[in-house]
Amino acid sequence: MAHSMRGAAVIAGIGQTAHGKLPGRTPLSMTVEAVRSALRDAGVEKDAVDGVFCKYPTSTFASMYGQQVAEALGMRPRVGGVWDQGGATNISMISFAAMCIENGQCEVAIVTTADNPRTGTRQAYERAWGDDAAYGWFSTPAGYAMIAQRHMAQYGTTSEQLGAIAVACARHGAANPLAAKRTPLTLQDHQASEWVVEPLRRADCCLISDGGAAVVVMSARRAAELGVADPVPILGFGQGQESWEVALRPDLTTTAASASAQTAFTMAGVTPSDIRVAQLYDCFTITPLMILEDYGFCKKGQGGAFVENGNIEVGGQLPINTSGGLLAETGMPGMQLVIEGVRQVRGTSTSQVPGDGPCVVANQGGVMHTHSTLVLGR
Amino acid sequence: MIGTNSQIDLPEPSPDLTRFRNRLSAGRLSFQRCDECHDAWLPPRDHCPHCLSPAFTWEDASGRARVVSWVVYHRAFHPAFADRVPYNVTVVELAEGPRLISNVVGISAADGLAIDTPLALAVETEGDVPVARFRLS
Ligand SMILES: [Zn+2]
Repeated sequence: MAHSMRGAAVIAGIGQTAHGKLPGRTPLSMTVEAVRSALRDAGVEKDAVDGVFCKYPTSTFASMYGQQVAEALGMRPRVGGVWDQGGATNISMISFAAMCIENGQCEVAIVTTADNPRTGTRQAYERAWGDDAAYGWFSTPAGYAMIAQRHMAQYGTTSEQLGAIAVACARHGAANPLAAKRTPLTLQDHQASEWVVEPLRRADCCLISDGGAAVVVMSARRAAELGVADPVPILGFGQGQESWEVALRPDLTTTAASASAQTAFTMAGVTPSDIRVAQLYDCFTITPLMILEDYGFCKKGQGGAFVENGNIEVGGQLPINTSGGLLAETGMPGMQLVIEGVRQVRGTSTSQVPGDGPCVVANQGGVMHTHSTLVLGR
Repeated sequence: MIGTNSQIDLPEPSPDLTRFRNRLSAGRLSFQRCDECHDAWLPPRDHCPHCLSPAFTWEDASGRARVVSWVVYHRAFHPAFADRVPYNVTVVELAEGPRLISNVVGISAADGLAIDTPLALAVETEGDVPVARFRLS
């Protein structure tokens, strides 16, 4: 029997600002622009919104930020607030909004994020890991490098295979006029790129971008009543989490993505072979490689072979990050992947993948600490 | 003071971390073991993360350990490490089970490191803080 929430909620509208370096813009002003654009896309009046869910900005942390957003939007929501799961937050909030809607806590929800780490501060990504700073243990890239090194040593994954992910995202970004980075990348370029924290090179690291994005969530029934032009059904969602210290994980090469996908795929009634296209959180190239394994697109340890030879590019077996992902479209964590998932279901991507199968979207936060999965399709 | 011109700001240590450091200064790498479920752990804390009991006993580790994974920093994220790049940070697992973040010293970058490479304790100091580093054994 189908899950009761399969397709019950929809993404009715999507909106965003430009991506890249946006001096002079505050997170609140970018939020307003993205929400205005998402409401316009949905064809819904602001007064219909009674839920406002936000990811807090890393550049300017503020307590009760959700209420600042509500004020900027001129809204007094019934339900809302800020969640902190790092980059997994956006899909988790979309899931929470869908459950609130299903249970009568609100009817039309805005889920939004905006940040300016490019012109503001990116310190959140370079800080020390507590007491272990005495060992020189600093920064977010180092946490991913520690996991990548184990994967390489255990399974023979290579830097060139990580490079294949950067090449795919750059190709899709180059086709997307809205992408912050549109220059193509060759495997040779990737291999010539300098080490940041070995085994990760500069070209393995995502962009750091200013920008804002928003989606409008409501029930499928409500979308029909309001005459929403192109609502995209939410078929399934799930989450999974690790605890804090990366070093303490019994197995560095398996992540909470596995539990997250299992929940989402069960709700959606799909298996990996049903999925047409995937938007996989690519803060660093090792991340989508391991998500592909943990989601069951290939066996554990075979992610490196899976991504080679254009298999994850348009025309390949499973195209990923068809708007460029965090590596090329925008470093803004996560919502842009959801928006591209909506475009793939609507058929409006600049790297459209033919067919009518669902699109899976993966969000992930911290150093593979938090994971959330969304399955979109008709 | 270490490095070129900058001290590493470490968080104010908890009483358990202070205990750990005092023992380490005396050359003893220690960990905590639960009195109830006998789980062993690091980093120091005031309860067992397995059964949540507050009753535990400090034990000295043998100093034998193995490599779980490692990275090499090619740029410093803090001025104190500017003149040390390229340097490794390594996850090590003690023979007794607990894991910690550490450095393998006495090698260039990460030369000779692989999964399960055997290591031996080499206590050093970083400023006035004792640190549990390791050498190839
Ligand atoms: Zn215990």
